[in-house]
Amino acid sequence: MRMKKCWFCSSTIYPGHGIQFVRNDVKIFRFCRSKCHKNFKMKRNPRKVKWTKAYRRLHGKDMTQDSTFEFERKRNRPERYDRNVTENTLKAIKTIDKVRSRREAKHIERRKKGKKAQQTIEAVKELEQSISLVKAPAFLRVDPSLTLPKIMVKVSQGQESQSQRMEE
Amino acid sequence: MVQYNFKKITVVPNGKDFVDIILSRTQRKTPTVVHKGYAISRLRQFYMRKVKYTQQNFHEKLSTIIDEFPRLDDIHPFYGDLLHVLYNKDHYKLALGQINTARNLISKIAKDYVKLLKYGDSLYRCKCLKVAALGRMCTVIKRIAPSLAYLEQIRQHMARLPSIDPNTRTILICGYPNVGKSSFINKITRADVDVQPYAFTTKSLFVGHTDYKYLRYQVIDTPGILDRPFEDRNIIEMCSITALAHLRAAVLFFLDISGSCGYSIAQQAALFHSIKSLFLNKPLIIVCNKTDLQPLEGISEEDKKLVMEMKAEAMKTVIGQGGEPTDNLGVLLTMSTLTEEGVIAVKNAACERLLDQRVELKMKSKKINDCLNRFHVAIPKPRDQKERPPCIPQAVLEAKAKEAAAKEKRKTERDLEDENGGAGVYSASLKKNYILANDEWKEDIMPEIMDGHNVYDFIDPDILHRLEELEQEDGLRQAEEDDDDFEIDGKELTPEEQQALAEIRKKKSLLIQQHRVKKSTAESRPIVPRKFDKDRRFTTKRMGRQLSSLGLDPTLAINRARSQSRGRKRVRSPDRGADDVMDMDVDTPNKKLRIQSRSRSRSKSRPPGEVVPGEGFKDSTQKIKAVKLAKKSAKKRNKDARRGEADRVIPTLRPKHLFSGKRSTGKTDRR
Repeated sequence: MRMKKCWFCSSTIYPGHGIQFVRNDVKIFRFCRSKCHKNFKMKRNPRKVKWTKAYRRLHGKDMTQDSTFEFERKRNRPERYDRNVTENTLKAIKTIDKVRSRREAKHIERRKKGKKAQQTIEAVKELEQSISLVKAPAFLRVDPSLTLPKIMVKVSQGQESQSQRMEE
Repeated sequence: MVQYNFKKITVVPNGKDFVDIILSRTQRKTPTVVHKGYAISRLRQFYMRKVKYTQQNFHEKLSTIIDEFPRLDDIHPFYGDLLHVLYNKDHYKLALGQINTARNLISKIAKDYVKLLKYGDSLYRCKCLKVAALGRMCTVIKRIAPSLAYLEQIRQHMARLPSIDPNTRTILICGYPNVGKSSFINKITRADVDVQPYAFTTKSLFVGHTDYKYLRYQVIDTPGILDRPFEDRNIIEMCSITALAHLRAAVLFFLDISGSCGYSIAQQAALFHSIKSLFLNKPLIIVCNKTDLQPLEGISEEDKKLVMEMKAEAMKTVIGQGGEPTDNLGVLLTMSTLTEEGVIAVKNAACERLLDQRVELKMKSKKINDCLNRFHVAIPKPRDQKERPPCIPQAVLEAKAKEAAAKEKRKTERDLEDENGGAGVYSASLKKNYILANDEWKEDIMPEIMDGHNVYDFIDPDILHRLEELEQEDGLRQAEEDDDDFEIDGKELTPEEQQALAEIRKKKSLLIQQHRVKKSTAESRPIVPRKFDKDRRFTTKRMGRQLSSLGLDPTLAINRARSQSRGRKRVRSPDRGADDVMDMDVDTPNKKLRIQSRSRSRSKSRPPGEVVPGEGFKDSTQKIKAVKLAKKSAKKRNKDARRGEADRVIPTLRPKHLFSGKRSTGKTDRR
């Protein structure tokens, strides 16, 4: 008994589920449910269908490379049965699963919040570069902070007062 | 040879089909078109051809039937008798005779009608004659339809008869029903005869083939024979009697010692004596079967006496052939088909006896002399008196001795299965002979699937080691991630800086928008000279405002701009002249003044529906409606590119695209 992956959505096909299609060139397509099967018959490319694993991996939504994936590999040479090895393997599967799911969650979290840092860096850069659009270089020499210039209005009474800049 | 090719007899069609076949063939293969205007000889020829053609076909087909079915007198008497037993010789001959007469009748009919057709004088008459001829032929066939059906059945049955060669080495098995004849043949050949506990399971002869000393032997299994007078026997028993009578074979008479067939040894002995006349000149072996139930030594005295009598009879045949009258020859043999002991011995004995007999006969006949002249067996002459026995190595002798000593049967899986309840009840433990590091693990069930993974994909002897590495890596990663989270909170912008950034972005987007507008209308946009600048984009005030927003002092720039701008033109006084020319002059200063006045940037407009007293509207709704109507009609005029109500100019009276060209469907009288 072996569980295979659905060709379209890459989910595992449990025994007793799904349909297997064998093409004339002897390529086998396995589908986990009729949704995937019908999509395949419509000749849709799974890499373009948003909810499939193929799309998610291709567009970097899900983790693609990780050392936990190397534990699960199809082995073609049968190993002689050893009770200890089997016990260890079964325990290991659980921990590997935990590690992998933790890492995947982290990946998604990072993806979601990553923009903010980048944006602040970009904002700082932009401010620095384009400050001359709102502040004359002469003024910048006098007041080197990256803020809007404060307009000095000379009041006839002889008092100097600072007022906020008027909007145009 | 006819006796083998019963399978090659062509199918005999039934009456109706026969007629259909022949008539449709006539229709297809002879010309069909004829008109009454043809010459009379041509008409006659046409119809005669049809009649003759039909007759020929019938003749051909009936002849093939008659020829292909075997003549019971011409074939080997074994087959002749067999066919007689199965199908009744008389009935068979009658059927074939009927076919023959039918054939002759059809020929006669055809001859008569052809003669009549020679004198047919019209198309219609010839046609009637032809119809009559064909009709009569078909009636003849319809009358023999039952014979045809019977022959077809015989043909099918004959094709299924076993192919027995009466001349080759044959072993015949006979005896009472249920004594074990079919089991024996199943054991020594590849035949798969039905074996069941009821009598007359085997209903016809079955053939199997076996080998002995590089020669092929036919083994014929017969249905059981009961002890009855000859006349009372049924067809099935007659089959075996026929085989016994005509085939030159070694006969194995089967005796069931245990009596589990339902007949006692006395009855079986009686049968033996009643058919012993059939055993003349045939090597006879008496085989006692089912010794696993009852060994030969264990039977009663009377039965033993009967058996010995039978053996004596059998010995007579041996002596008759000129063989040695010793007990060891194997005239009386025991075996059990269930435990398979003695089966091979019986087969070998029978084959041996038969072979000897046949060789003897051949030697006695004249043909052998031709052969004898042609071969010569060379025997080397001994060169000295030294004995040279065969050399067998010591190890082989020892091994043979050991084998003979410790000859116990190994317990097979099949025996184990039988012990524990048979095939359906016991299932063999496939893991019994596994070679594992620890024998306790043999019966372990290993899970194949866990948590949506295939366990086989994870199995690795050093998985623990790799798991440790993974954990370490994980720990490091956790630490890194914490650092990362910490760093990110460093850079932030103050509110003033954010304000500045927002301002920058606004300016940038404005620039981009303006550029886009300019780009799209680059070719059709007029460049407005400064005197018609209605947006008032080029004023010193504006420049001043922009510069000060950047943080610079604009006064210097403004002064410079003003000093360099052109001075205003002097306004001419209004009372200069009083001609028509004056009107123009009067107008232009007003115009200039108006342009220059700019006391108000925009005149205050009234709300759209406000009723002005001089206009003549009742209330604001009426005015609004009136305005709407005016706009509506203006729209239509604008669409037609008319300057006003009075503009009825048609720029081109007959545009070519409306007045030329053909229509795909319809007329062009309306343009």
